[in-house]
Amino acid sequence: MQFMLLFSRQGKLRLQKWYVPLSDKEKKKITRELVQTVLARKPKMCSFLEWRDLKIVYKRYASLYFCCAIEDQDNELITLEIIHRYVELLDKYFGSVCELDIIFNFEKAYFILDEFLLGGEVQETSKKNVLKAIEQADLLQEVILRSVLRSLNV
Amino acid sequence: AGGRSGRSLTPWPGQQEKLIQQELTSLKATVSAPTTTLRLMKECMVRLIYCEMLGYESSFGYIHAIKLAQQGNLLEKRVGYLAVSLFLHENHELLLLLVNTVVKDLQSTNLVEVCMALTVVSQIFPREMIPAVLPLIEDKLQHSKEIIRRKAVQALYKFYLIAPNQVQHIHDKFRKALCDRDAGVMAASLHIYLQMIKENSSGYKDLTGSFVTILKQVVGGKLPIDFNYHSVPAPWLQIQLLRILGLLGKDDPRTSELMYDVLDESLRRAEINHNITYAILFECVQTIYTIYPKSELLEKAAKCIGKFVLSPKINLKYLGLKALTYVIQQDPNLALQHQMTIIECLDHPDPIIKRETLELLYRITNGQNVIVIVQKMLDYLKESKEEYAIINLVGKIAELWFIQTMNAVFSVGGDVVHPDIPNNFLRLLAEGFDDRKEDDQLRMYAVQSYLALLEEEDALYPQKFLQVMSWVLGEYSSLVTDVDPEVILTKLHSLLKKTVITSETKMWIMAAVTKIASHASCSKIVDKLIQEFSNSLDTCMRQYAFELKHLCEDKALMRNLLPFDGSCNDMVVDASLSFLDGFVAEGLGRGAAPYKPHHQRQEEKLSQEKALNFEPYGLSFVSSVSSSGVTGRQSPTGLSFGSDTSGNSAETGHKETNTLKLEGVRRLWGKEGYLPKKENKVGKENEPQTVSCGSLLAGQMGDPPALRSDQVASLSEEDKEKQQLASTLFIGLGSNAGVSLMGKADTATQKFKRKSKINETQSSEEASDFQDSAASDFGPLLDTVPINMEDCEGNIRTRLRKASLCSSDIVEDNLAFETPQSLKKSGPDDRLPDIRLSQSSLFADSNIEIFQPSRNAQSESASKTPLVPCLSEELEELTHSEVVELCQSDALALYLCKVWTDDSLLLIVFVSNKTTSALNAVNLVFEEAEHFQSTTYQFPVIEAQNVERCQKRVWMDKICTQGILSGSVNYQSEMETRLEFSITLSLVDFIRPMEMTTEDFGKLWLSLSNDVKQNIKMSSSQDSLSATLSTLQQKLKLHIVDIIGNEGILACQLLPSVPCLLHCRTHSGMLALWFRSPCSALPDGLLYQCQKVMEES
Repeated sequence: MQFMLLFSRQGKLRLQKWYVPLSDKEKKKITRELVQTVLARKPKMCSFLEWRDLKIVYKRYASLYFCCAIEDQDNELITLEIIHRYVELLDKYFGSVCELDIIFNFEKAYFILDEFLLGGEVQETSKKNVLKAIEQADLLQEVILRSVLRSLNV
Repeated sequence: AGGRSGRSLTPWPGQQEKLIQQELTSLKATVSAPTTTLRLMKECMVRLIYCEMLGYESSFGYIHAIKLAQQGNLLEKRVGYLAVSLFLHENHELLLLLVNTVVKDLQSTNLVEVCMALTVVSQIFPREMIPAVLPLIEDKLQHSKEIIRRKAVQALYKFYLIAPNQVQHIHDKFRKALCDRDAGVMAASLHIYLQMIKENSSGYKDLTGSFVTILKQVVGGKLPIDFNYHSVPAPWLQIQLLRILGLLGKDDPRTSELMYDVLDESLRRAEINHNITYAILFECVQTIYTIYPKSELLEKAAKCIGKFVLSPKINLKYLGLKALTYVIQQDPNLALQHQMTIIECLDHPDPIIKRETLELLYRITNGQNVIVIVQKMLDYLKESKEEYAIINLVGKIAELWFIQTMNAVFSVGGDVVHPDIPNNFLRLLAEGFDDRKEDDQLRMYAVQSYLALLEEEDALYPQKFLQVMSWVLGEYSSLVTDVDPEVILTKLHSLLKKTVITSETKMWIMAAVTKIASHASCSKIVDKLIQEFSNSLDTCMRQYAFELKHLCEDKALMRNLLPFDGSCNDMVVDASLSFLDGFVAEGLGRGAAPYKPHHQRQEEKLSQEKALNFEPYGLSFVSSVSSSGVTGRQSPTGLSFGSDTSGNSAETGHKETNTLKLEGVRRLWGKEGYLPKKENKVGKENEPQTVSCGSLLAGQMGDPPALRSDQVASLSEEDKEKQQLASTLFIGLGSNAGVSLMGKADTATQKFKRKSKINETQSSEEASDFQDSAASDFGPLLDTVPINMEDCEGNIRTRLRKASLCSSDIVEDNLAFETPQSLKKSGPDDRLPDIRLSQSSLFADSNIEIFQPSRNAQSESASKTPLVPCLSEELEELTHSEVVELCQSDALALYLCKVWTDDSLLLIVFVSNKTTSALNAVNLVFEEAEHFQSTTYQFPVIEAQNVERCQKRVWMDKICTQGILSGSVNYQSEMETRLEFSITLSLVDFIRPMEMTTEDFGKLWLSLSNDVKQNIKMSSSQDSLSATLSTLQQKLKLHIVDIIGNEGILACQLLPSVPCLLHCRTHSGMLALWFRSPCSALPDGLLYQCQKVMEES
C-alpha cells in the first residue's frame, strides 16, 4: 500500500498515512486531486479507481471516506477488507465510532492504524491482538496518571 | 487531554485559517521556550500534527518531536515517535538524530518501549544507519513475545526493501520466522518471501512444499480462530500464499504440479457469498492462470471469472473484467462467452468500468476489429478529462491503430498514395514521441506486423508499402530479439528475386539488407545475395551489391556508417562540396570557365541586353528575406532537394528525414483528426478489396449502424445493435464455433459492412467531388496546348510544363537537355525556335491575340483622340493598372496598361503618334529574349495624333517573382527609328483570388504537399490580423476564406489555375505564414511578395 487517506464528505482531511517517501508538495497535490476525484463519484459506482498510475480503493462509511492507494498487482477486494477491518477496529476501540471521535482522538486512530498496518503491509489481522496491543499502551497511561496523582497528594 | 486539541479548531470553518495561524504562532513560541515541560510538548505535538494535516507549515516542530521521543516518558515518547513517523520521510536528515533513541529503546526491558522502537523502525529508518540496529533486531527474532518477533520480522522486511544487501546474511533467520509457531510471525515473514521470490523465483522453489502445506492448513481451518475474518480463515495469509505460489509455479510444470490440489481446494472452499471470499477467489484464479496450466483447473477458474463478470455487484464486475483482461490472451474464447456483458460494460455509466473494458478490448484487437475498437477508445477519450488516462489510451490507440491503419492504407492505396504519406509515416516512426520506451514498442509492433505480412507467401503488396516495410525492417528489426535476422534476410532475399518488384523497391530492400547485415555477424544469405547481384544487369543493384560486399569486409566501418537508430541523427553534409575543390582547380587549370550560379548567369544575360539594370533582380529575394526579420525559415532549396531525390538509397532516405523535419505531424493529423479525406479517396478507389477501410469510415461516420428490421425481427433494436457491435468487436477471435454463439454473427457482420459502405459511398462521393474539382483545377494547366501550334509541339510543351510544374528544377534541367536533341533529329527546322524557347521560358505566351487596328478606331481618332490613351469600356470595368508610359521619342510614345482579367494578364500597349503626320510601318516587337517569344505587331500606318493599341495575353509558366519582358518599336518617319522598352512583370500579376469555402480549403490543404513556413515581424500599424489580411487581399489579390481568432486562411491561384493556400496566424507581434501549393516554387514566390507587401505597408 502506498498511502491511506481519510477525509470527510466536505473534503476535509482527517487522517493521512504515507508509506512511500514523497515531498510535502506532492502529498498535498495528490490529496487535493484525489479527494476531488473520489467525491465526484456517484454512490453506485465501483470502489476502485485507476487514477494516475495508481489504483485507488475507497469506501465511504457514514460521513467519512477511507481511501487507499495500492499497486497494480495488489488485490483490490482485500484492500477493501483492510479498510473494513480498520473501521471495525476503530469501532471497537471507540465504541461505535463517528467522525468526531477521529477528529478529537486522531492520534489514537494513528496508533491503531500503526498496530494494524506497518510499513504499508498488514501486520496483525486479529482484531483481538491489535486492540490488546493498544490497550497495553493505554493502560500505561493510566498507571502513570495514577502515580502522578499519588505523588501530588503526597 | 491532548486529544481534545482539535475541538477548538473545527467548529468555525470560516475562521479556521485565522485560528490556525494564531495557534501555530503560539505553538512556535511554546515549543522553543525552555520552560516548556515534556507534557506540554506532547500536547503541542498533537496540535502540530493536526495543523500539518490541514496543510500548514509546521517544520519548526520536527526537531522537538525527536526530542520528545528521546526524553519523554512512555506516553510522551509514543506521541513523539508518532509525530516523527508522520512528519519525516526516510531521507530526512533529522532522522539521524533518532537513531540513538531507537537503539536505546530496543535495549529497553519495557516491552512497550521495544514495540514503539520497532514500529518506528519498520516505517522510517535511515538506510545508512541500519548496521547500528540490525544486531539488536536480529536478537528480537528469538524474543519470547510473538508481538516483538513479529515486529522484528517486519522491521527486517523494511530493511530488505531499502537495502537488500545488508540483510543477506540473515536469510536463514527468515526461514526460521517462516516456521514460527505463531501464525502472525509466519505471516509477517511472507512479506519478505513474496518480495524475494518476485525478484528471483528460482531460488526458492524448494520452499514450494512448505507454502503449499501452510496454505492447506489455513484453508483447512487449522489456524486459531483469532485469525478468522468474517469466518473465513486468515484471508490475508491465503492471498499472500496464493501470490507466492503463482510466482513460483510460473512456467514451471513440476512446481505447478505441487500446487494443483491446494488451488482446487481453495476454489472449493471459497463458497460464502462475501467480499472476502471473492478476494480469495480472484487471487486464486490469477494464480491458476499464471502457473503452468491444468485444464481442469482452468475450467473451474473460467467458471469463477464468469461469476465475477455476471455479478450485479459493480466491484465484482470490475474484477471480472480485470480477470478477463488477464486471461484473454491464453483463452480468447472466454471473452466470446461474455461478449454481451462486455458490450454492456462498454456503455456503463461508470467510466472506470468503461476503461477496464477498453483495456480488455485492447488485448483482443486484431486486424478485423481494430477499427471499431479504436473508435470506442476515441469515444472514451473524448469524454475523459483525466490526464493519465488520456496519455495511456492515446499510446494504445497509436500503437494499435497507427500501424494497422497505415498497413491498410498502404496495402489498399498501393502505389497511388502520395509519396508524402509513406515519408511522413517513416518520419513519425523514426522521430518518435517523447517516451523512448513507447517508441520502441511502436517500432517493434511495426516490425512484427510486417514480418507477419511477409509471412504470407503469395501476397502481393504495393511497391510503396514494400519500401516502407523494408525501411522499417532495416532500421528496427534488431529491436525484436526473438526473430533471427537470418529469417528476415531470407524474406527480403526472396522478395528481391520476385519479378514484380520494381527496381526502386529493390534499392530499398538492398538498403535494408545492408542495415541488417551491419548488426548481424556474417550471414550466408548476405553472401549469397552479394554473389547473385554482383552480376546483375541493373547497375544500381550491382553497385549496391559491391558496396555491401566491401562493407561486409570491414565490419567496423559498416557499424560506424550505419549506426542503430541513426535515422534521426543530423547528417553533416558538406553542402559547399569542398571535397571537389581539387577537381575544380584541376578543371580551371585546364582552362575551363568558372562556374556561375544560375542567377548570376541570368543577371549577366539581362545586363548584356541593357546597359543599366534598374529593375530589382528577379531572384534576389533571399537577401530581402534575411532583412525582414526571419526566424526559422527553411531554405527553399533544401526543401525541394529533399522531396525530389526520392529515396533510391538508404542514404537519401536519411536525408529526407533530415531535411523535412520541420513539417511535423500536422500533415497526418489535421485539425479535425487524421487526414480522413485522403483515406476516403483511397477507400473509394479500392472499395471492393477492403473491408477494414470501409468500417473505419463507418466508425467515423458515427454511431454503430442499425440493423434492418426485416432481417432479425425477433430482437429489439438495442439488442441488435449490441449484437452487431459484438460481432464486429469479436471478429477474428477464437474459433468459428465461438463466433456462432452469436447466432447470426456472420450476417450481422455482413450488414454492418453493407451499412458502412453506404456511408462510404457518401464520403467517397464527397471525395470524388473534391477530386473532380481538383482535376478541373489542374486540368487546363497541364493539358494546355497552344492553339496556334501543331499537335506535335503541343505535346512537347505539355510535357515540359508538367515537368516544370510538378517537379523540381533538376528534373526539368534533365528534360531540357534531352528534348532539344531528340527534336533536332525528328522535327522540321521551323519548329525549333519555339521549342527551344519553351523549355527555358519563364512566361507562356501561348495565346496571343493580335488586335488589328480597328477601322472604327481610325474614324474615331479622326474626330478627337486624346493623346494619353485610355482603355476601351469593356476593359475599363476590369481591374487594371494605371496607364504608364513605357518610352517615347519625338514622334511616338508607348503606354502600357496591365489588365488583370480573371483568366490571364492582359498587356495593353498603346502606340501613340504624337506627330501631326501619319507614321508608317510601325512595328512593335516583343523581343526574343530568354524568357519570351518574339512577337511582332505591325501597324501599317498610325494616323497623326492617333493611338493604336495592341493586346498581349501573358501567363506565367515557370514561377519566378519577377520577370522582364522587353521589346522595341520601330517606325519610319524621316528615318528608321527604334525605341526600346521593357515591361516588368511580377508574380502578383498572375495571382488571382480563389474563392472557396472553409471546408474546401481544409480538404485542399490536406491534399497539398509543398509547403513553406515563415514568421515575419508585423509592424505596429498592422497589429490586427484582419488589417494585415486585408492588406494582403488588396495588394496580392488573395481571397480571404475565413478568419477565426488569431488565425486566417487565404486562397489564391496562379493563372491559369495553380492553387496556393495560405494559413496565417498572429502571435506576439509575429505573423506566421504557412503556404501550401501543388507547385513547389509558388509558395516561395508568394512568400516573397507577402514580405514585400508587409514591409511596404
